[in-house]
Amino acid sequence: MTTPRDVVVTGLGATTPLGGDVASTWRAALAGESGARTFDNDWSVKYGIPVEFGATIKVAPDEVLPRPEIKRMDPSTQYAMIAAREAWADAGSPEVDGDRLGTVVSSGIGGIWTTLDAWDTLREKGARRVLPMTVPMLMPNSATAFVSLELGARAGAHALVSACASGAEAIGYGLEMIRSGRADIVVCGGTEATIHPMPIAAFAASRTLSLRNDDPAGASRPYDTARDGFVIGEGSGIVVLEAAEHAAARGARVYAKIAGVGLTADGYHITSPEPTGDGQRRAMAAALAESGVTAKEVVHVNAHATSTVVGDLIEARSIRGVLGDDADHVALSATKSMTGHLLGGAGALETIFTVLAVHDRQAPPTINVSDPDPELVLDLVRDTPRALPEGDIAAINNSFGFGGHNVALVVTNA
Amino acid sequence: MAYTENEVLAGLAEIVAEETGLPADTVTSEKSFTDDLDIDSLSMMTIVTHAEDKFGVTIPDDDVKNLATVGDAVSFITNAQA
Repeated sequence: MTTPRDVVVTGLGATTPLGGDVASTWRAALAGESGARTFDNDWSVKYGIPVEFGATIKVAPDEVLPRPEIKRMDPSTQYAMIAAREAWADAGSPEVDGDRLGTVVSSGIGGIWTTLDAWDTLREKGARRVLPMTVPMLMPNSATAFVSLELGARAGAHALVSACASGAEAIGYGLEMIRSGRADIVVCGGTEATIHPMPIAAFAASRTLSLRNDDPAGASRPYDTARDGFVIGEGSGIVVLEAAEHAAARGARVYAKIAGVGLTADGYHITSPEPTGDGQRRAMAAALAESGVTAKEVVHVNAHATSTVVGDLIEARSIRGVLGDDADHVALSATKSMTGHLLGGAGALETIFTVLAVHDRQAPPTINVSDPDPELVLDLVRDTPRALPEGDIAAINNSFGFGGHNVALVVTNA
Repeated sequence: MAYTENEVLAGLAEIVAEETGLPADTVTSEKSFTDDLDIDSLSMMTIVTHAEDKFGVTIPDDDVKNLATVGDAVSFITNAQA
């Protein structure tokens, strides 16, 4: 039996509610800043939407991208393109045969701004005014396709969709593309741009959003007793995954290793997580098994923890269930307390946080937890970062999505 | 009120500039959409859609393929105005 190829992270890129790149985002996260703010619009008055805030993108794409790209790409693709360019440059713009380069860029929802704008145009002006770029802009594979075009990536351009687990699933698939020998480098991650009145009204209708309109920065509070739902966010995170031997041959800087992925489904309910957390445990266990990492080595978990009443605790119990007593030495971080929930971008941004936590030996904080839920059976990193131990360490990034999708990624030091 | 040929050229140049990122003053009458401005069929149809909206004309698909240069399009739009 041959050893599976080691896969390392050689580039990171992001545009988020905390910053227009990885450095500013990570700095803000370590400082415990919130990216949530009151909307600068009249949606609440005009449409009666009960939620008046969200974690909007910090740096508008039209400050970064040329005008023709803004016109040809849905905002979700614009975010992904910004993040992908940063990640690619961060990786040193590696020279690689396009046939050995892949992309996996996912979105949970896709080009919804484009979809709804085109529908408005159709109703107001008729079919002849609907723009020819509408379909390539709204299709959920648009971001991965544009990134693939940009880089000349021809090993495959994929867009796995699993709601709020999409970004992590994309990275898991990138890992498998390299392990299976299909590619040497894969640019992968997730993106989302759904801060539009319709999806916000729809999420509000499902009673999953926080209604803390008077305190946007304090609204996302995973594991706090007063949590009342998630805060919608937007943005993108992209990582460059590379076969370890390929990275070594070109002398690339390596942040960390993606050691394994676990993917399961609850098969239980279209939105509610299965109450015992069985699917989540199986995902984490599979990721650890693929990684060859023992529970003892796991020192940090970036939780999916969206700040919903039910979901947060199911996950905490699942982590305890998988790690047993070794969960006692896990520094648990719930970074959605700062970023809000980037939906299809979340799993990718949180993988970046997990990679940087392992690389910098520093777990980011969880903010807004003034009264921890007494049922939380784990050690939550609150308010300020916490140092992680020296030596060989491992961390888990969990991402779960509507539909019962569970993805766990294991990150180890390089 | 109909647009003059110069007004159509200026308006069309702005639309082309938005689509391509080229400076509007480089979009001149003799330029070929495909050879000089590197406009593919999808971009051409986007420009046509915007031009129809701006100038209140209809440019049938069968006529679009005869519009080789910016000047061809300016003439067509100018003449198509009611």
